[in-house]
Parts: sequence; C-alpha cells; structure tokens
Amino acid sequence: MRTGTPARVGQYTALLAYLVFLALPFIWLLSTAFKPPRELGSLHPTWLPKDPTLANFRQAFAEQPLLRAALNSLLVALAAAVLAVLIATPAAYVLARQRTRLARAVTGWVVVSQAFPFVLLIIPLFLVLKNLRLIDSVPGLVLVYMVWALPFALWMLAGYVRAVPRELEEAAAVDGAGRVRTLVSVTAPLLAPGIVATGLFAFVTAWNEFFFALVLLKTPEKQTLPVVLTHFIGAEGVADLGPLAAAACLATLPSLVVFALIQRRITGSLLAGAVKS
Amino acid sequence: MRARLSALVLLLLLAGCSSGGTRDDGRITLRFQSLAWQQESVEATRELVAEWNATHPDVRVEYVQGSWDSVHDQLLTAFEGGEAPDVIHDASDDLADFAHGGYLADLTGLLPAGLKSDIPQRSWQTTTFGDGVYGVPFLQEPRVLVANATWLRKSGVRIPTPEMPWSWDEFRRITGRLSGPGKYGVAWPLKEPVSATLNLSLSAGGQLFHRGADGRVTVRFEAADQVVPRTIARQVGTDRSASPTTLGSGGSDTLPGFFGGRYAMVPLGFSYRQQIVQQAPEGFDWQVLPAPAGAAGLAQGVSPQTLSIAEDCPHKEEAAAFLGFLLRPENMVRLALGDWMLPTGTRALRDPALHTDRHGWATGTALAAHLRPAPAQTVRGYPEWKDKVATPALQEYYSGAIGLGALRERLEKDGNLVLARYQR
Repeated sequence: MRTGTPARVGQYTALLAYLVFLALPFIWLLSTAFKPPRELGSLHPTWLPKDPTLANFRQAFAEQPLLRAALNSLLVALAAAVLAVLIATPAAYVLARQRTRLARAVTGWVVVSQAFPFVLLIIPLFLVLKNLRLIDSVPGLVLVYMVWALPFALWMLAGYVRAVPRELEEAAAVDGAGRVRTLVSVTAPLLAPGIVATGLFAFVTAWNEFFFALVLLKTPEKQTLPVVLTHFIGAEGVADLGPLAAAACLATLPSLVVFALIQRRITGSLLAGAVKS
Repeated sequence: MRARLSALVLLLLLAGCSSGGTRDDGRITLRFQSLAWQQESVEATRELVAEWNATHPDVRVEYVQGSWDSVHDQLLTAFEGGEAPDVIHDASDDLADFAHGGYLADLTGLLPAGLKSDIPQRSWQTTTFGDGVYGVPFLQEPRVLVANATWLRKSGVRIPTPEMPWSWDEFRRITGRLSGPGKYGVAWPLKEPVSATLNLSLSAGGQLFHRGADGRVTVRFEAADQVVPRTIARQVGTDRSASPTTLGSGGSDTLPGFFGGRYAMVPLGFSYRQQIVQQAPEGFDWQVLPAPAGAAGLAQGVSPQTLSIAEDCPHKEEAAAFLGFLLRPENMVRLALGDWMLPTGTRALRDPALHTDRHGWATGTALAAHLRPAPAQTVRGYPEWKDKVATPALQEYYSGAIGLGALRERLEKDGNLVLARYQR
C-alpha cells in the first residue's frame, strides 16, 4: 500500500520532532560544555555559546583523572558485556527451545528478579564480595555488572532465539547438518543482531552505572567515570556546571561511537534474518 | 576434583592478599574520605594531607575523594561490610543513624584539648548523640541574603548589617518596595523548603520540635514557628514581591534571574558566593546581607560539615591526631576559604582573611556567633516527617494551595503520627 504525500510529510515531521526531542539534552550538554561561567549564569541562555571556550575541558581534565577513569570504565564495561553475552547466549537458546516447566520457571524468575531494587541487594552483595575478597577489585565489579546485566540479557536473547524459525534448524538437520553445525552455521548468524544488541545493552548499563562502583571500589586509581563525574557535584546538588558538562560529554562519547559504528550491522543482520516460514 | 583443587588454590591465593591499616614495616595507613569538591577546597585538603604525610612518616594518610551524592548509602554499606574509611567527612545531620548504629567512634577523650575548647559548645551539640561525640563540626554556613547592591542603593532602602538587621516585617515591606512589573524584591529558592524554613525560624524563636520530660518529641507549630512561613507566603501570594516560579528551584537556578535584574535579593547559603563570583556578569555589584532577625535575633540553624572516625578504625588515636592537625586554627581557615564557608573554631574565626568586606566575608563571619544546631538535628524520624509530611505541606502552603490552618494541622497531626512510630 502506498502512503500519500501528506501522510508521508506528517510521518517525517513527527520523526524529526522525535529526533530533536531525543537530541536536545545532548545538544544542550555540548553547548554548556563550551560556555564560559558568565554565559552559564545568563538569564537568556543561547543554544550556541557566544564566546566558546575550551576552559571547561581543561579544568575538568586538570581537576579529575578523567582519562584513567574512562579507561577503567571501558575495561569494566567491555568485560562485563562480553561475559554477559557469552553466558546468556547458550542459556537463552536452551530457555527458548526447551518448553519445559523448568524453563518457564527460570524465565519467570528472571523477569521477577528485575523487580528487586538494588539498594536491597547492595549490603548482602557487599558482604558476599567481601568474603570472596573482591571488594576494591576490578574483577569484582565486572562480576557484579555481569550478574546485574544477565537476567535482562537472558530474557532479551531468548526473545531473539524464539524469533529464529525452528524450521530453519530442522531444514539444516534434514540436509545432514549436525547439532553443532546447525547452531554455528544457521542459528548463530541469525542471532547476531540480538547478540550485538544485548552486548550493547550490557555495555551501556555497566558504562553508566554509578552506585556499585562507588561502593565497591575504594582505591581512587580504580574509580570509574560515573563516580569521578560526581566529584563535580557538591552538597545539595550544587554543581560546577561547565567542567561537569565537559566531562559528561566525554562520558557519552563511547556509547555514541559504539552505536554509530554498529547500527548498520544491527539493521543489516535484522534484514538477513527475515525469512518466510 | 580438578575444579575443586583450582578453587582451593584460588581461595588460598586470595587469602594471601591482606588489606589492613598497618603494613609489614609497622607504618600505619589511614584512609581519609573527603567530600571537598570545589577546586580550591580539594587543593587545600590535598595540601594539608601532604603536609601531614611529610611530617608523620609513621602514620600515612591516604586521601580519597568521596562524593556528596549517595554518601549516606555508600557509608552505610561500607560500615555494614566493615570496609569504611578511617576518617570520614560528612554533615552533622547525616550522623544520627551512624552514631546510634555504633558505626562511629566516640571522640570524647580522643581529641586534643585545644580543639575541644576551640569549638563552641553549640557546635558540639550538632554531633553529640546521647553521651557521645561522634564528629568534629568544622565548617558551617549561614543562610544570607545575596543582594543586587546597585538596585538596593538606588531604591534608597536601609541596608541591614549584622548589628542592625532587618526584622521580618521590615524585610517584607522592603521587598514590596523593591518589586515592580516583572521584578521581584526576593526570589526564594525553596526546593528544600523544610530545612530553609526550620533553620530560619530559629530567628523568630521557632522551635517546632518540643522534647517532653519523658524524652519524647512532639511537633507544635506555634506563633513563633509561623513568622517565617507566613512572611514568605505573603510575599509570594499577597504582595507579589517574591517570585512564585523559584519556589521549586535550587539556589543555583535563581542566579540567572538575579544577574539578569529580575530579583533584587536571593536567600542563599554562604558558600554560593563562589558561584556568584564565577558567573556574575562583569560590573555586577552584589553584596551579602544578614538574613532578617526576629524575637531571637539573628539565630538560625545549621548542620555543620563534620569529620568522624570509624568505630572499626584500629588506629583511633592516630586518626584523632590527624584530625587535630587538620583542624588547627590556621588549617581550618584554609579549609573554610577553600569551601567559601565559615570555620566553627573561635580562633580560626578571628583570622583577618575572614573579616574582609570582599565577597561578604565579614558579614558572614559576624553571623557565626548566632548559628545554632538545626532544630531537627537529633529528632528520630525527622527524615520521614520531612519527606512525607513537611515538604509537601510547605510546598502547598507556599504555592497558596492551603492556608496556615491546614499547614498547622498537617505538620502537627500527621507529623506527630510519624514521629510517634519512632518513639515507641
């Protein structure tokens, strides 16, 4: 069915409005990062800095070890994402393909576990990690992030597995492919967008996480970016806005870059999975 | 079997890694979590730690920058897990739970006599819970009126001083005189209406929380407690001399309107001067005025920043010695200047750097003698009373949705039900 021109214009206008809505906070963040303090206190703020400056970036980098913190965050988030995907993928496959009571119970538990607020878990978790001597340890934080991301990753990936037609696997079996060959050559390529999306979810969750990192890491050299960002915020929420915005720009960059690099891959793989059953 | 063996080896390896306050060479290491965050205060704190370390090779202090954001939850978790820092920077209104929970060391008998006598008793009250003292109050800030000096001068109003402050009635009249179309005499940033109202109400003799002979606390919203909220509500609703749009704002949010000539005055914490210095347009003339006075003069409540020692710290005497060093009068002045706040120590308060007219230091310092413990400081159940009862009730009152009678009923009736649960 062809869509008429007015409808198409309406669609694009709505899409544009939505994109602007999504982009506004980031644009404002960018604008703030380049504004001198006097412009930040202006009654009539402008989108474009009148007198753009890099002073906020210089101050942010001079006051806080942002690069080291960013590297720490990158390491922790990457490790957590890779581990979460490695564990969740086979588990999700089993959950999706085995229609047993156990699988249904596990899926239910995974969904329910998302309802626990982390403040309820943090003290027991802290004690468990302490007993394992994983307090103030990067592997300890990776473990926590991986476990934290796992239920949702599992649930998300199980959905992707269910979307892969069982008939494709049966067809491969009829053609003589073994179980492993079917999984590697037929199922895995179709699951690729799901794996990437799940990995991204785990990465972004770990990259942005603040409270676990604040509580579990004691050594300043190990602190992650979200923790270091709060050093620009004082009592009662008073903030050093310029340097905070500059540092926050750095914090948003990796997510933007990762999404920009692999979004084509995600959509491409999604199309590759479109088959008639 | 192989997996079990590996796990055992791993556990043994992990068990070999020890983390304690004393190293093999006999040197003691103390972890000091500081919440200093502004560039100048971070530098001052780091310098002081470096000076201590240079002169005390056997007791090394490790500086860790903490964060005001979630500090309570972070400390609670660390205390529960036995991994708290040895020396802890916090605020007195956050200490009650930790002191009652046995997480903080009682500093009675640990601190140098000079430090104990230097800080006034009224400041020590903010960190005294039961029979123990659980923190050293060292920095505090009064709420002051930051005013557009040019605007006030042109209007011809009397400029108040700590010796001759405005009364609350006079303040109301003057804000009316300063107002005009699109312009307001004052902008109250009341994002946190409870602490602002309660602390300023001390000036009118307000007390709100009344402790009976049995030690039980009840809320009574009496005439003296009503002076400040009534003044604010009338400025907003009747006189139109206070901006209605800033009632839900934080202090920083009011600054653009202040710089832009929309508000003549903004009641702010003393440390906001740092932001004003940074952000004020060139040539903008501003000054610091004392908050209005009432039947109790310039009294107002404060919750000072504090330094405490963890109960689990194995080297309390060394930690107390470090506190004694950090809070020597000359060092307290450096910390105060870095944070744009007032020191609590009487000798530090005499430092000439705090008596200059520049940036309103002299006015703020003159208020130090009038600062009292925040009324809610020792009331069990205050956080719940504040969040569930007082904050929404005051917000509704200031916005004109309810009257003084309804405010009183909610603060007292609903409030006492909440407090009663904590005092069974």
